[in-house]
Formats: sequence, structure tokens, C-alpha cells
Amino acid sequence: MIEGLNPALILIIGALLVPLFPQPWRRVYVIALPLVSMLQLVLHPYGSFAEASIYNVPLETFRLDNLSFIFGLIFHIAAVLGVIYAIHDDDPIHPTAGLIYAGAAIGAAFAGDLITLFVYWELTAISSVFLIWARRTESAFKAGMRYLVIQIGSGVILLAGVVLHYRETGFISFNEMNLESIGGKLIFLAFGIKCAFPFLHNWLQDSYPEATASGTVLLSAFTTKLAVYALARGYAGTDMLIWIGALMTAFPIFFAVIENDLRRVLAYSLNNQLGFMVVAVGIGTPLALNGAAAHAFCHILYKALLFMSMGAVLLRTGTCKGSELGGLYKSMPFTTVCCIIGAASISAFPLFSGFVSKSMIVSAVAGEHLTFVWLMLIFASAGVFHHSGIKIPYFAFFAHDSGIRCEEAPLSMRVAMGISAALCIGIGVFPGVLYSILPYPVDYVPYTAAHVITQLQLLMYSALAFTVMMLWKIYPPELRSTNLDTDWFYRKGATAALLPVTALAGQTTDSLFTALAKLKDRTLGLFDKTVGPGAWLSRSVDSSGMVALTMGSLLVFLLLYLL
Amino acid sequence: MKEQQENTWFDKPANVKKIIFALCVVCALLLVAEFFYHKHAYFAVEEWFGFYAFYGFIMCVLLVLAAKVMRVFLMRDEDYYD
Repeated sequence: MIEGLNPALILIIGALLVPLFPQPWRRVYVIALPLVSMLQLVLHPYGSFAEASIYNVPLETFRLDNLSFIFGLIFHIAAVLGVIYAIHDDDPIHPTAGLIYAGAAIGAAFAGDLITLFVYWELTAISSVFLIWARRTESAFKAGMRYLVIQIGSGVILLAGVVLHYRETGFISFNEMNLESIGGKLIFLAFGIKCAFPFLHNWLQDSYPEATASGTVLLSAFTTKLAVYALARGYAGTDMLIWIGALMTAFPIFFAVIENDLRRVLAYSLNNQLGFMVVAVGIGTPLALNGAAAHAFCHILYKALLFMSMGAVLLRTGTCKGSELGGLYKSMPFTTVCCIIGAASISAFPLFSGFVSKSMIVSAVAGEHLTFVWLMLIFASAGVFHHSGIKIPYFAFFAHDSGIRCEEAPLSMRVAMGISAALCIGIGVFPGVLYSILPYPVDYVPYTAAHVITQLQLLMYSALAFTVMMLWKIYPPELRSTNLDTDWFYRKGATAALLPVTALAGQTTDSLFTALAKLKDRTLGLFDKTVGPGAWLSRSVDSSGMVALTMGSLLVFLLLYLL
Repeated sequence: MKEQQENTWFDKPANVKKIIFALCVVCALLLVAEFFYHKHAYFAVEEWFGFYAFYGFIMCVLLVLAAKVMRVFLMRDEDYYD
């Protein structure tokens, strides 16, 4: 351990060296790097380090405390799992971009001031887009561009907010802020974009399913949870977050039910799970904030596990569409079991990780007697089981046999899925380990008879509803389709609305170029006429005339001289 | 090999029926369990008999029905954006 050395820098600088290593050393290096960085974090004492200044503004580039530690730790675990998952792939882009991305997210979580936060905030955007582009398809390229515009946009709004906030308050440190000033509002909006607030959410469902199998696993871990951390640091106890979060838990599940691309279904459920964390941040009590941190921790693991299982399916079958899949448990039994463990965890089954973290949040909401919000969260809990817990494993691995016979996932993927699955169960069975690293002292017992029975009632009757609707053929079948979401507004609406403008711009540039071409032709024509071949300036004249002229002038000169 | 794969446990309709039957038994037992634990209720609705069970069932049905209606308005061809 080197005191004051930010683990983020180990990752970012170390990641830049990845392409220099030949295989098989690169494989060893990319796993060792996040492990070394994690060791540096775990052994490092709490406090404020690596202070610097820019234009006499004091910066605090490495702040380690109760809240930043747990996020730094889970980001490291996600980085290790993400690189193990992708190790079979010789493409150096995954470990390089992935580890820079992880380092940037960790650096942002350890930022003690808003300038440092901004720098790492933008670095997460720039590094992560390569995980989408690594798919190397036309649609991935376009989705990556849309992703980049929105992510960089969030950073620009953040910078504007930081500048105004500094002017208004004179402080640059990253601590509690409020929504009273314009600066505070802009920073909140920047966080909200990355956190995929309702109507700002669709970059997530648009881009994550377009990334590579390994890319989506890494993408799912960092950006949105960094935003949850930033909200918990800056806006804990902001009432508006309760309602934003409640809406976030509920609306994505409707889209998830009718979505065909199973990785997009997972992206919707990611949105839904973020909602639980946002509600908890909005409540802002120690129990709620513990719940938010614990849920972020568990969520990163089970969401990565679910994306890993779907990534394995994508790799082996070439598709993730529910309408094309089915019966894969015969070919990929290990992946099936891991997917079911991930599904049980996200659905918060007792003895799985989601149960010990989500119940904290639901209890915090109940403790505040927010009846309507509580009803929405219970509905969302049933809904997430419905689409992530049942739909994902059912349509991929069971349902009607698609006839697809493929290999089981490669060893690296199985190892990563196995570790993630073990962690999901481990946290569910021994929640005390997770509770011991939460930001506030924990006085919470997840396994009471009431908690377990009511949760099982909710889940089992949701499963019953699914079964009944499948048997009666009410359940909407998986269809090859695109469902409109808010991205319609900028992918179709804005293009249509801007059509007159773009047409006018096209006409203007066209006429401008025509005029330029004419001008060029005329200039060249004039040039040709004067100095071109055979033009009067370049015409060769008879030398006898010149001799006669010289003789004549000499004669005149002589005559004048003699006079 | 292929023939062997086709005849897995889940492929037999009788076994699927067994799973559904087991689910029904579990659901029934969970309602019976209502009588055997102390409710630490924050809200009045929690006191209702089997609130979580019925709420979960009804809301899931409504969720799916609403999603089916959404399909009418929101569903487009797969290559809509291309």
C-alpha cells in the first residue's frame, strides 16, 4: 500500500499499457491490475489525500470515507469479473477500455471536489463508448454516437453547474448541495441523465444492448451506479428523488414485458432497480442510504451475472432475441443455472442477494409511511420478478425448443459467472459481511418471518399469474419488433422536425458550392485567356523585332550622343 | 446424441404439469402461513388477509394487460430505425 496513491490512477495508467503485452501475458496482467488496485484500496486508511490546486482553487482528488469506500470496492469487483469474463477474447479493446472506464468511475467516486468529479465523469463517457463500438457493426457505431452525445452532454451540463455553483457559494468541494440555485439544479440534471431518470433514460436501453457481449457486462456496472453514488453524496434527502425513483421502478417494467431483445429487457430492469436506489437516496435516512449502497453493491453483481448469461447466449447463438431462442438449457446447462441464480437475486428471493438489500429500502419507505410510494415499490418488485426473474430464463433457456444446439459458454465466461453467482448467494446467506461495510452502522434484520413469508407470497403469486397467463395464452408472445420509447423523439421526431432546416441548409450549401464552382471556372478562364497556352502574355514573339528595336534604340542613343 | 437430448425431463408434458401443481401447492401453503406469523404492519392494507399474494397476482395480470395495450401503440417493425 502506498499512502495517497489513488487506485483509479493505478487502473487508468496500467490500462494504457495493456496493448503492449503479448498474449498470454496480457491475460495475467489484466486480471492482476484490478486486483493490485483493489488491494491498494482495501489497505488504504480513510481520509483526504492527493490535494492539488488549479487557479488557486483547492482540489481534493482522493477522498476515502464510508460512502466512497463501498462504491470503490464494488467497482473493483465488477472490473475483475468483467475482465475475467472477456479473457477468451484476444481483442485488446475490452480490457483497455474496460479498465480505463472502471478507473474513471472509481476516480469519480473518490473525487472530493467537483472539478475532479467532472474530469473523471467525462472520462467514463469517452472510455466506455469503445465497448459499444467494439461490436463493429453499423448499428453499434450509430448507437455509440448517440450514447456519446448524451454522456458528454451530461458532463458539459455538470461543468456549467459546477462553475455556477462555485460562483454562487465559493465552494468547490463535492458535498451536500441543494436545488435552490441554478448551479445546484444543473448538477442535479447532469447526475439525473447518467442515472437514467424517467424521460432521460433511453440512452441506456438504446446503447447497452448494442455493445459486445463482454462490453455490456462492464457497461452495466459503472455509469449508472456512479450516478447513484453522486446523488447520495450531493442530494441525499431531496424529496423529489422519492417520486422520480418510484416512477423509475414502475414504468420500465411495462416496456420490459413487450421487449424482444433479452439484453434490452435487462436494460429496462436495470432502470427499474436504479429506481429503488433513487427512492432510498431521496428518503436519505441512515437506513435508506445503507439500503441504497447495499442495493447498488448487490445489483452490480446480479445484473452483471444476468448480462453475462445473456452475453454467453449471444456469443454461442448469435442472437439475444426471445423470439429466436428457447430450449437452450440442453446446450448450456451451466449458463442456465447461473442465469436462474441471477434472476432469483434480482427478484429478491430469500437467501439471494437482492433480498437483503431491497428489503432495507422497502422497510425505509414503510418507516416513513409513504403509502403510495410503498405500493409502487411492491408492484415493481413483483414486476421485476415477472420480466427479469421469469421471462429472461424462460424464453432463453426453456419455452418452446428453438432447435438451436450450441456449445456451452467458454471457460472464462463460466468462471466469471460462477464467481458472480457464488457472491450473489453468499451475500444472501451471510448478509452480515455486506452490512459491515455499509456507510452507517446497521441495525437491521432481513430474515424475519414476516419479511420472508410476505416476500414469498408476492413472488409466488406473481409466478402463478405468469403461469396462468401462459396457459390461457394471454401472455404477449415474443415478436420481432421495435418498441417506441423516448429515443423516438431524437431519432425520428427531431429529424422530421428539422427536415425543413436541413433541406434549407442543404440548398444553401448546394448553391454556395455552385457559385464557388462558377467563380472558379471564371477565374481559371481569365487566367487561361491571359497567361494560358497561346494567350497574349505567354505568346512567343519573333526575336528579329527585338533585334531591330535594340538596333534602333542604339542608333537613337548614338545620334543623341553625337549631337 | 440428438435423440437423447430431445427426451429431457422438461420435455414431457406430465412433468410440466408436476411443476405447475407444485407451484399451486406452494401458493396454497403460503396462504395458510398467514395464520402463523406476527404481522409487523406499517400500513393498514398489510393487515388484510394475504395482501401480498393477491396484490402480486392482480398487479402482474394488470401489468401484462397494460403492456399488451401498449404494443398497439408502440410496436413497430424490427428495422423501423434503419
